[in-house]
Amino acid sequence: MLLNEPHPLEVKVLTRRYKYPQQDPIWLEQYVADEGYDAIRKALTMQPEEIIEEVKKSSLRGRGGAGFPTGLKWSFVDRKSPKPKYIVVNGDEGEPGTCKDRIIMGHEPHRLIEGCLIAGRAIGSNRGWVYIRGEYREYIDIMDRAIQEAYDKGYLGDNVLGSGWAFHLSTHTGAGSYECGEESALLESLEGKRGNPRLKPPFPATSGAFQAPTIVNNVETYSAVPEIILKGGEWFAGLGTPRNGGTRLVCLSGHLNKPGVYEVPLGMNMMTLINEVGGGVWKGRKLKAVIPGGSSSPILRAEECDIPADYDSLAKAGSMLGSGATVVLDETADIVKVLARLMAFYAHESCGWCIPCREGTTWLKKIMARLDEGVGTKRDIDMVDQLAQGMMGRTFCALGDAAAMPAMSYVRKFREEFEAKIQSAQVFMPAPQTQPLVVL
Amino acid sequence: MADPITLTIDGRQVKVPAGTLVIEAAKTVGIEVPSFCYYEGFSLQAACRMCLVEVEKMPKLQPGCTLPAAEGMVVYTESPKVVEARKGMLEFLLSNHPLDCPVCDKGGECELQDMTFRYGAGESRFVEIKHHVDEKQWSPAVYYDAARCILCYRCIRVCDEGLGVGALGLTYRGVAAEITPSHGDHLECDECGWCIDVCPVGALTSGTYRYKSRPWEMSYAGTICTHCSDGCKTTLSVRNGEVIRANNRDRSGVNGEFLCVKGRFGFDFVHSEERLQSPLLRKDGKLEPVSWSEALAAVAARFGEVKARNGKFGILGSTHTTNEENYFLQKFARQGLGTANIDHHRSGDVPALLDALSGKTGKLASSADLYNAKAALVIGSDLAQQHPFLAFQLRANFRHHQAAVYTVTSGTVREEQYAAKSLHCEAGQELASAQSLAEDLKKHGDLVILFGDAVRGQAVSQLVAFGESLGIPVKYVCLVDYANSRGAMDMGLLPDLGPGYHAAPAVGLSRDEMLAAADLDVLWVVGSNPFKTTAPAGTKTFTVVQDLFLTETAQRADVVLPAASAYEKNGTVTNVCGEVQRLKQGPKVMGTKSDLEIFGLLAKELGLNLGIWTADKVFEEIRRTVPGYNVPLPVIATGGAAQTAAVNGGVPSKGKPEYIRSAGDTLFTSGTLGRYSKMLNRVMEAPGQLYKP
Amino acid sequence: MTFSPELEAKFAKMIQNYPPGRQKGALIPMLLFAQDEVGSMTPELIDEVSKRLKVNRVEIEEVIGYYTMLTREPRGKHHVQICTNVSCMLTGGEELYQHACKKLGIGNKQKTADGQFSLEEVECLGACSWAPAMMVDYDFHFNVTPEKLDGLIESLKKTQ
Repeated sequence: MLLNEPHPLEVKVLTRRYKYPQQDPIWLEQYVADEGYDAIRKALTMQPEEIIEEVKKSSLRGRGGAGFPTGLKWSFVDRKSPKPKYIVVNGDEGEPGTCKDRIIMGHEPHRLIEGCLIAGRAIGSNRGWVYIRGEYREYIDIMDRAIQEAYDKGYLGDNVLGSGWAFHLSTHTGAGSYECGEESALLESLEGKRGNPRLKPPFPATSGAFQAPTIVNNVETYSAVPEIILKGGEWFAGLGTPRNGGTRLVCLSGHLNKPGVYEVPLGMNMMTLINEVGGGVWKGRKLKAVIPGGSSSPILRAEECDIPADYDSLAKAGSMLGSGATVVLDETADIVKVLARLMAFYAHESCGWCIPCREGTTWLKKIMARLDEGVGTKRDIDMVDQLAQGMMGRTFCALGDAAAMPAMSYVRKFREEFEAKIQSAQVFMPAPQTQPLVVL
Repeated sequence: MADPITLTIDGRQVKVPAGTLVIEAAKTVGIEVPSFCYYEGFSLQAACRMCLVEVEKMPKLQPGCTLPAAEGMVVYTESPKVVEARKGMLEFLLSNHPLDCPVCDKGGECELQDMTFRYGAGESRFVEIKHHVDEKQWSPAVYYDAARCILCYRCIRVCDEGLGVGALGLTYRGVAAEITPSHGDHLECDECGWCIDVCPVGALTSGTYRYKSRPWEMSYAGTICTHCSDGCKTTLSVRNGEVIRANNRDRSGVNGEFLCVKGRFGFDFVHSEERLQSPLLRKDGKLEPVSWSEALAAVAARFGEVKARNGKFGILGSTHTTNEENYFLQKFARQGLGTANIDHHRSGDVPALLDALSGKTGKLASSADLYNAKAALVIGSDLAQQHPFLAFQLRANFRHHQAAVYTVTSGTVREEQYAAKSLHCEAGQELASAQSLAEDLKKHGDLVILFGDAVRGQAVSQLVAFGESLGIPVKYVCLVDYANSRGAMDMGLLPDLGPGYHAAPAVGLSRDEMLAAADLDVLWVVGSNPFKTTAPAGTKTFTVVQDLFLTETAQRADVVLPAASAYEKNGTVTNVCGEVQRLKQGPKVMGTKSDLEIFGLLAKELGLNLGIWTADKVFEEIRRTVPGYNVPLPVIATGGAAQTAAVNGGVPSKGKPEYIRSAGDTLFTSGTLGRYSKMLNRVMEAPGQLYKP
Repeated sequence: MTFSPELEAKFAKMIQNYPPGRQKGALIPMLLFAQDEVGSMTPELIDEVSKRLKVNRVEIEEVIGYYTMLTREPRGKHHVQICTNVSCMLTGGEELYQHACKKLGIGNKQKTADGQFSLEEVECLGACSWAPAMMVDYDFHFNVTPEKLDGLIESLKKTQ
C-alpha cells in the first residue's frame, strides 16, 4: 500500500524496477533478472579511481539533507591507510516529512546492497553497516533477508563474485533518536554509545566508525550509484540541472490530493511538483506555504514557490532541498501551531550536549507553546527570532541550526499570523519584565 | 616540538608551537578566554560554547578550545560579536539554573557566578517555568543536584580518563540530560570526590561539607595527606579549629588536583569522639586521666630509674610522625637513653635498594618520573588500591604520552585496563616472572620499576641487577605503606642503621624481637599499634604509648600520652619517592601535644640535653647532619617537594628482610587512622573486588 | 540470564558483525532485541548485557536514558504509538492521538489497568506521505482515522 501509482512526470531511475501495483519486495531473483548486480560486475573491472571519477561526473549530491557532493566525499578516504575502511549507510530517516528510504529498503533492498558494494570497492573497504532506525523493524527484517540472499549467491562474502575481494554487510538498528541521523552521532550509536555528535575535524573520511576511515551516505545516495556505474556519470548528471545531478525521491505530504513518494528529476519546478505530481492542494483550497526540505528547512510562502526544486535554487531562495521532504500547507494551516509543534520536536530530540541547543530549543518550545495558546506578547514573537539567532551557527552540531532556521523564517514570513493569535486570545497578559538575577 | 607559528589575538602577536589550541595560545599572553567544559589535560568537548571567538575569514564564531592556532590567524576574543554570544550563552545557561546561590555550597567560589559577574548577563528574559529535578544522594560522599548542573562533563572525564573508574555518565537528553552514577541510582566507585572539586557549579556537593560553611569563613592550610606514602598535598579548610573540607584546588604539590578518598574525606579522624585528650596513667590496674605534668613525671621517673640501672629499653617509632620527630626520637634513644633497641613497622626494603644501587646516581624515581618515563614496571603491588597517586601518574603518563606499563602481580589489578602486558604469578614468584619481560622492556627509552614487599632482601639486589642488565636508564621506587614510612627509615628508626643509613654505633633489637623479649624493662611505643597483631612477651614491661586513640596497644599501656596528628603539626615528611614536603598545622585538638613536644618535655624532665626541640631547629640539624637531606629550603618552605639525594655507598644493613611486610591497606583503609574515620568506613565498597572481572 | 534460542543465535551472529575488541557496537541492537523479549530494561538484563559485551554499567545507563525506544517501565502488551509531528498533525494526527487517549482511557506513556495497551505520542515515524500514521508494536498503520483506530484496537482485544 506504500507504492503510489506512477505519475507521468516521474523519471524512473532508482525506481525503474518497480512494477506497480506489486507491493512485495523485489527479491534477488527478480532483481538479477533485470540487470541486477550488473553494476558491481562492471565496477569490479574498473579501477577504484575510475569509480569515484564516474560518481563525481554524475554530480550526485548527498540525499540525506546536507547535499555534499558524493564523489568528493569518497575521494577524501585514504585508500592506502593501513586501517580498515568502512561503509556506513544512514537509514535513520527521521527528518519530519521524509519517508523515502523506507521505500528503497523495503521494496528494493538489493539496490542498496549493490550501491554499498560499489562504494566499498571504490574506497577499498571490506565491511559495511546499514544503520536503520529502530522503528523500521519491518525493513530491518527485509534487509536482513536480502543480505542473506546476497551472501548465499556470492554477492557478499569473502570472495565477491569470485573477484577475491571480500565485502561484508549487516544491518544495525537504532533505538529512537533523531540526532542519530547526523553522521557522527550515527557512528557513535554504531559503536554502542549515545547519539552525541562528534567533534569535527576529524571527519569520518579520516576517522569514522571505530576510528577508521569511513564514508557515511544516505540510503538513496548509495542506491543511485548502480545506475551511475551502468549508464555513466554524464548520463545521470544530464537528468538534473547543472551541479544538481540526477533524479531524487521526493516525499510529498501535508495538504495534497495525492501525497506520496515520487521520483522526479532535480530542478523540477516546485509548483509542478505540488499541482501536477501531488495532484494539487486538497479540498480545492489555496496554497499557503511549503516546507521544501524537511522540518529543518526555512518555510516558503506560496508566492516564493515558483522555483526549480534543486539544491542551488532553494539555497538561493533562502531555504534548502534537505532530505527531499516537501510538506504542503493549505490556506487554513495554522503556522503558529506548526512552529510550536516543531519546536517541541527539536527540544525533545536535542541530545543535550551543548548549551545553546539544549537550553535554546527548550526555551523556544515553551515560548511557542504559550504563543500557540494565545498567552503571549509581541515581545515573545521578537524573542523567538532573537533566541534563534543566538543559537544559529553557535551550536556543536547542526541540530541547533535545524531548530533555529524554521523559527526565524516562520516568524519573519508569517508575523501577521503570530500577532493575530495573540489578539484573538482573550487572555490578559501583562508584558513580562526583565528578571533581575539574585546573583548580582 | 613543531615549528612555532605566529598568530594575532586581540591585536597582539602570539608565538606558539603549531597545533596549540587558541584558548591556550591566548593564555600565553595573559588573555583569558572563558570556558566551562575545557579542562586542561582532559579530552575536548566544545560543549559549553563559552569560548567562542571571532576569527577573520571564518564566517561562524569558533570554539577556542578546539581550534588549533594557525599561521597568520587573526583572532578576536572580546569583539562585539563575541561578547554578545557569550552573554547569550550565559543567559541560556541561567534559564534553567536555579538561582539558589544564597544556600548553594558553591556560592563565593562558583565559576558560573564569577562568569555572570564578569560578563554581565545580569538580567534574564526567561519567564517560563524552570526545569526542575530533585537532588539525589549517590553515596555518603557525593550528592548531585541535576538542576544546578550545567553539563560541562568535567566530572565524567576526571573519573573515566583520569582515574580509569568510569563511574559517571550522561543520561537522558535535551534539557533533561543529566549525569548518571554507575548503578542508576547510586555510585560504586573510588569515592575520591574529585568530581565534586572539578564541578564549576554546586551540582556535585560533598557529603561532609555540604551546607556547613562558606568559602570565605574558613582558613586554609596546605599540608601533606597523612595516610599512604604517596605524599599528596591536601589543603585543609578549617573553621573554628575544625577541619570541614580537604581538597587541592590550587593544584600545588606533586599531585596537582589529584586526591583519593583518604586525602579528600579521610581527615575526619581528627575530630573523632574517641580522640584522647588527656594523658592516662595506670592506677590500681586502671587507666585514669591525669595531668600532663603527672604523666610526664611518671614516665621520666621510670625511664631515669631503668637507665640508671642499665635496664633494657625497647622503642618503636611511627610511620606517621614527622622527620623531625623521628630524628629526635632516635637521638633520644641512642644518646639520651643509651639504647640501640629502636625500630618501626617496616613495609619496604629501602636499605637493600640503596645498598644495591651503591655507586650509581640518579637511580631513584621521583613522582614526576612516573609521569614522564617511557615505560614502567609494577611488581607485586595493587597500585590503584595501595598507591592511588602513583597509579594516577602512570595512567596520566599512558594517556598523555602513551607510556608502556607492565604489571606483574598475583591477582588482577586496575592497571591491566591499559597495560602493555600483564603477568599473573604465584605470590613470591613476582621477581622471576618479571624477568621474563626483559625483551619487552629493553625496547623502551627508559623505565621506572616499582616494587612492593614481594621483593625484599637478596631479591632486591637481583632486581637491580636485572634492571641494570636491560641496557636502558632505569629508576626505582621501593613502595612503602604510610605517610612517613620512608622518613622513619631515612631518620634511622632502624636497629642497625642511624640517620642517612649510616651504621648505628650498636645493633639493637628489631621490632619483632622487642615484642618477643620477655625481659624488656621499658617499651616506648610512638604512634604505632603493634599489640593489635602481636601480644608482647614481657609481663613486667613498663609500657608508654603516644597515640591519638586508645588502641589495642594503648589499652595495655602504663602511661598513655595523647598525641597530635600530622594535620595538627608543623614539620616535614618524606614520601615513597623520597620527596621531602612540609606539613602545615591546620586544626588544633585540645589536650594533645605533638610528639616532638612530648619528646622535648620528657628530655627536660630527665635532664637530657638533646638540643632545641622546635620543628624548624630540628630540621636545620637534619639538613646539616643527615646525608641526602640537604634539600633546598626555599622549595620546602614554599610548599614544594624536594627529592632527597640517596646515600651513595654500601649500606651496612644486617637485613632481616623477614620483618618487612606491607599492611596491605586498600583505598578505603589506612591502618589505625582509617578505623577512626567515619567517612572511610561509611563508603567502604568491597575494596579490591571492585575491578575484578 | 539466557534468552530464547532464536535470540541467542541472533546475538551470536550479531557480535561477529563488529571489529574484534569492539563488540560494544552490538550494545544498542542487543538492548533493543532483548527488551522486545524481556519487556523492559530490568537490572538483570543490564547486568547480563554488561557482562556479555564487557561494558561498564554506566555506559548502559547512558544509552537507556538516551534512546526513546528503550524503557525501564514495562509497556502494555500492545504499545500504541501515534505520530503528531508536522505532516501527521496537518492531516489529523493530534485529533487521532486525543481520540486514542479517550478510547484507551490513558495518557501519554501510560498503560491500561489490564496491561493490554500502552500509549505514546511519538515523533516522526517516517510515514509522512501516508499521514496520519501510527505504530502498534512494530506494525505500521497508515492513513489512520479514528474509526480505523477503533477497529484495530477492538480486533487486538479479540485476539487476546
